[in-house]
Amino acid sequence: MHSVTGVDPHLDIETYDPSADLMVLNLGPQHPSTHGVFRVKLYLDGEIIIKAVPYAGYLHRGVEKLCEELTFVQIIPIVDKNDYVSPMMNEQAIAMACEAMLGIEVPPRALYLRTIFAELQRLASHLLWLGTFGMDLGGALGGGATLFMYCFRERETILGLFEEVTGCRFHYNTHAVGGNRHDITPKFSCDTKTTLEVIEKRLEEYVQIFSSNRIYRARTQGIGVLDGDLANSLGITGPLARASGVDHDLRRDAPYHIYGELDVKVFTESAGDCFARTLVRLNEMYESIRIVREIIDSVPEGPILGMKPGKSPGHIKIDASQGYSCIESPRGELGTYIIGGGKSRGASAYRLKIRSPSLHAASCIPYLFPGHTVSDAVAILGTLDPIMGEVDR
Amino acid sequence: MTPLMHGFVWGLVIATVLVTIAVLSIWFERKFSARMQSRLGPTLVGPAGILQLVADALKMMQKEDLIPEKADSILFRLAPPFTVLFTLSVAAVIPFSENVLAADLDIGVLFMLAVGGLVVFPVWIAGWSSNNKYALLGAMRAVAQGIAYEIPLVLSAMVPVVLAQSMRFSDIISVQAETHWFVIWPLGPGLIAFVIFFICSLAEANRIPFDIPEAESELVAGVTTEYAGMRFGLLQMAEYLHTLIASAVAAAIFFGGWDGPFAPGLHWMVLKTLALFFTIFWIRWSLVRFRSDQLMALCWKYLLPLSLLLVMVAALFVHYCGVGA
Repeated sequence: MHSVTGVDPHLDIETYDPSADLMVLNLGPQHPSTHGVFRVKLYLDGEIIIKAVPYAGYLHRGVEKLCEELTFVQIIPIVDKNDYVSPMMNEQAIAMACEAMLGIEVPPRALYLRTIFAELQRLASHLLWLGTFGMDLGGALGGGATLFMYCFRERETILGLFEEVTGCRFHYNTHAVGGNRHDITPKFSCDTKTTLEVIEKRLEEYVQIFSSNRIYRARTQGIGVLDGDLANSLGITGPLARASGVDHDLRRDAPYHIYGELDVKVFTESAGDCFARTLVRLNEMYESIRIVREIIDSVPEGPILGMKPGKSPGHIKIDASQGYSCIESPRGELGTYIIGGGKSRGASAYRLKIRSPSLHAASCIPYLFPGHTVSDAVAILGTLDPIMGEVDR
Repeated sequence: MTPLMHGFVWGLVIATVLVTIAVLSIWFERKFSARMQSRLGPTLVGPAGILQLVADALKMMQKEDLIPEKADSILFRLAPPFTVLFTLSVAAVIPFSENVLAADLDIGVLFMLAVGGLVVFPVWIAGWSSNNKYALLGAMRAVAQGIAYEIPLVLSAMVPVVLAQSMRFSDIISVQAETHWFVIWPLGPGLIAFVIFFICSLAEANRIPFDIPEAESELVAGVTTEYAGMRFGLLQMAEYLHTLIASAVAAAIFFGGWDGPFAPGLHWMVLKTLALFFTIFWIRWSLVRFRSDQLMALCWKYLLPLSLLLVMVAALFVHYCGVGA
């Protein structure tokens, strides 16, 4: 490995060795491996990165401001597009925040539905990550693309399940304040079980690819080591932090939906490198499959949408006009803070703030990139898995 | 027919056939990779999409001939044709059967290695003249990789030369026809030399897992970033030709070339070449790529000492057991 001597994320480029012939390389905003429009300015000494400066904002759409103009019903399909890889999570976060503020209890059946959707979405999201990470390592014309196609094949089946329930494959608009809009059928439960069986079987093959292929290991082990303390101080959560030894998962530590009744297993790794992040995500996929299997048959009968006053798990009511919710999205802690009493006759938000895990994940780029080559930078960015729609909002 | 005339005619024939195979192989690779990835591949243009490559070629020719303003336009124009030229020149000495060969040089293997090694130059020229950072990084990697892998490539190609006591391709093949193919006999050095030769050929032809110079997830398209239209097409074609010719060379010096029962020699040679060519596709669509420093470590730390050792073993074998012309 290269000698990573004194990685200084705030290195003043003027004070760097003046005899070095530095090259400034803009990775992005349009680059195959930035997964969206994201720009990292790299200062290269040869092929070694000595400083990396990330620039976000190329995908800023003003979602939070837009939400102040629209009613609570209208904002749910808008926030769908934040983390466009796991729209279910965004909907749930915003619906929960509104419910917390208004003090609405969600019917039990809707809670089960939300849990099932969340775990299926986590599986789909991690599958997409696995495929694109393969492409980062292996290129669009190579073995990586093969893994990409396989993962997308599996992800399609999950999107098919969502389509069966909501009519949409991607931006569902299925969650509402007070519950869910679309109910599941016995056929859905049956299809889900067959789909999960297929995915679980194929997942074995992908785990094999990662754990037994020497090139994969050589490209990921010891690369982009994220320290647990650094992860905490940067507010990094989710699989990234867990791969660095931070044993924290909201599903277990601050249960919402029906996670309190379930025994959610949290996987941690201590290495903190790209390989550890890969392992954590692969294990989470198995755990998601297990959770869905456990609850799919025990969904209680009853209404899925209600306006009964009360409180459900995960609702954090601050006062009469403010609510907060935080859920474990595939990328980490997705928080939503809402203050009611906006312009649209009180049925809209005065202010909405989304705490997106991707922004925090992207914030560790200056710490992780220096000392590595451009190839490693791509691998690191792949395992950070920031979704640009969520970074910029 | 004078040797010059013979060389000219057969050279033209072989070059045409090779280019056709290289173009057809693009269609084959697209179909093959599609099947590997549970897709269909091209289906619309012609039966099983076989005319897709015609459509692609027409599209490439129609494209605007773009040369970046800040590029060195002369070098930029020269690089793609020279890449194809140097790659195709190697084919001159490859024997496809007893009769089908353009020039049976007595230094055939040396010519193959020397001219094949020249391909690094147009690639560097392409990267440098593009005046693009990604292209420059790609070209830097290509040169480092090309020069590093040239050495184990030469040394592993020396093993059959030592065994056959000749640099002439036809001699190497006739020795194999008289005894055994060098890949299986003498067991050990021949096989390992073939593996090293194959790995180095993959690296020279920038194939996965060694396609670091173009590494599109890192360097957009490496040296070809600024190229468009037919110039890009030529660079791509050179890559396929390089792979095809490397397979042909490996088939000739390790797998007995035209030697085989029942069928005419030409059939065997083509069959062996395509089998190796197919293996390269297979590897390409299964693996991810190395990082450039890992690639260098593999070359200098393992392949180079091993190939040196193999040449020595082969020499000792010849000294004590005596093979060759």
